[in-house]
Amino acid sequence: MLTSSEIEEIKHEVERAGRGLNASVEALKIVQRQRRWVPDEELEEVSKLLGVTTHELDAVATFYSFIFRRPVGKNLILVCDGPACWMLNGHMLVETIKDELGIGLGETTKDGEFTLLPISCIGLCDKAPAMMINDDVYGGLTPERVREALNKYR
Amino acid sequence: MSANIETYPLTAGMEMNGQAVGLQKYEALGGYAGAKKALLQMGPAQVMQEVKDSNLRGRGGAGFPTGQKWSFVPMGENAPKTKYLVVNADEMEPGAFKDKMLLEGNPHQLIEGIVISSYAIGASVSYVFLRWAYKEAAKRIEQAISEAHSKGYLGKNIFGAGFDHEVRLHTSAGRYICGEETALLTALEGKRGIPRAKPPFPQMCGLWGKPTVVNNVETIANVPHIIRNGAKWFKEISRSSDGGTKIYGASGRVNKPGAWELPMGTPLRELLETHAGGMKEGYKLKGIIPGGASTEFMLEQHLDTPMDFDSVPRAGSRLGTGTLMIMDDKTCPVGLVLNIMEFFARESCGWCTPCREGLPWLAGILRKIERGDGNPEDLEILNEHIHLLGMGHTFCALAPGAMEPLQSALKYFNEDFKAHIEKKRCSYK
Repeated sequence: MLTSSEIEEIKHEVERAGRGLNASVEALKIVQRQRRWVPDEELEEVSKLLGVTTHELDAVATFYSFIFRRPVGKNLILVCDGPACWMLNGHMLVETIKDELGIGLGETTKDGEFTLLPISCIGLCDKAPAMMINDDVYGGLTPERVREALNKYR
Repeated sequence: MSANIETYPLTAGMEMNGQAVGLQKYEALGGYAGAKKALLQMGPAQVMQEVKDSNLRGRGGAGFPTGQKWSFVPMGENAPKTKYLVVNADEMEPGAFKDKMLLEGNPHQLIEGIVISSYAIGASVSYVFLRWAYKEAAKRIEQAISEAHSKGYLGKNIFGAGFDHEVRLHTSAGRYICGEETALLTALEGKRGIPRAKPPFPQMCGLWGKPTVVNNVETIANVPHIIRNGAKWFKEISRSSDGGTKIYGASGRVNKPGAWELPMGTPLRELLETHAGGMKEGYKLKGIIPGGASTEFMLEQHLDTPMDFDSVPRAGSRLGTGTLMIMDDKTCPVGLVLNIMEFFARESCGWCTPCREGLPWLAGILRKIERGDGNPEDLEILNEHIHLLGMGHTFCALAPGAMEPLQSALKYFNEDFKAHIEKKRCSYK
């Protein structure tokens, strides 16, 4: 269930955007802020607030890489799989994280702390290989630096 | 980075420590003087003419003349009252990181460019469409918008000139196709970001059906300087017939990867050898993808090419974003093209069949060749699809863009493809 403050925020976005559907991405981001993903129940509630069908809204939700329709962990690890990182041993990132946390791409640790996903080039090509954890960016990575970065969130 | 604003207007004053040029510093460098001049001393038509005369060409990669793009917007009393300027800050081209530098390094420059450009086309609202991953840029743009408001550079009656303008930041939820200008508009309307048919062009029928101009970050960032210093100056700081400077960059096994503002038309050799510091010891140059993943490879024989919109096509590629991905001799070209094809397959919006079905299929064939299971017929299939997924066969330029690195790799690195098939393995591993 959406909280009353979330409902207010979404209504505000709809008002600002003029039309319901215009606010779809903002509304879905509001849902994700606390839950980290968009469950069916909340999708339905948002669609009513926007005045669109659940299918219309789900079409938008499933289009984007960072609107999640399945649960994700507390921390999101996004490893860059762009060509510049690939050239500089970017695969090391996934291998190191697998060794450290026991998860591969698309997987979440059993304790729900971390989810590992690929991300398209994040514009750190001159500091390849690179990754993001939540809103933080890390470049010039080595296995050691990957481990150091992970430790900040444990 | 150079501090000389006369020769390096876009990056002048930028801090090495990664902090943004603050409002005060930007003003001290002449910031917002261009906007003031445009709004108080020039009419919209004059601003447009100055930009036309400057030979500023779209820095998103296509190189379309900016002034000409603006000139398709209906103007005058009978023109629609609502028009929009949209800044394409959805930098998601693999290998590109130039807009990020401008967004984080000097957000006020962008805001000033937006005010002037919007004045030229008569837009009272603009949107900055920012990519999901650029979190730091989002913070800095929001701050710059609010600072500009408090100084009266945005809002009602800017400089008392009777021009109103609001900038809204939209942060995307992440999808490459949103960088395509019509898909970007569809995404801004809150729908799935699929491209639209052209014509009608956005300048006539864009965001919510209103006249809209979509310009890249670097394009807009140039506008204040053109207005302040004039079209003649802008052409003079270039080394080519395209006006201005360019943010070039380099990644890969070079000694000094990074991004630099240099005169437009700086030769490829200078970028590689002087600015990127040459290849790392133990590595030789094998190929260069010059302007993002959707541009064709260039080789050592092309190093004397001036990097501008007209010269690079003569060497068989495109300037694109101007951020070079340098491939060394120990990197497998088949593997690199596979990586790129997997990206395009994943990012296809799914709207048209050839792209949605074709790209994953080609990625599959490349994967097969790369792991040593390919056969000679696979190369024929790849070659056929360069045509079948090329311009005119798909709804937008995504799949044709994906064919550019593939086509050039098959041409230049044919021996590598054949070796994978004959030896049944990748000899780079």
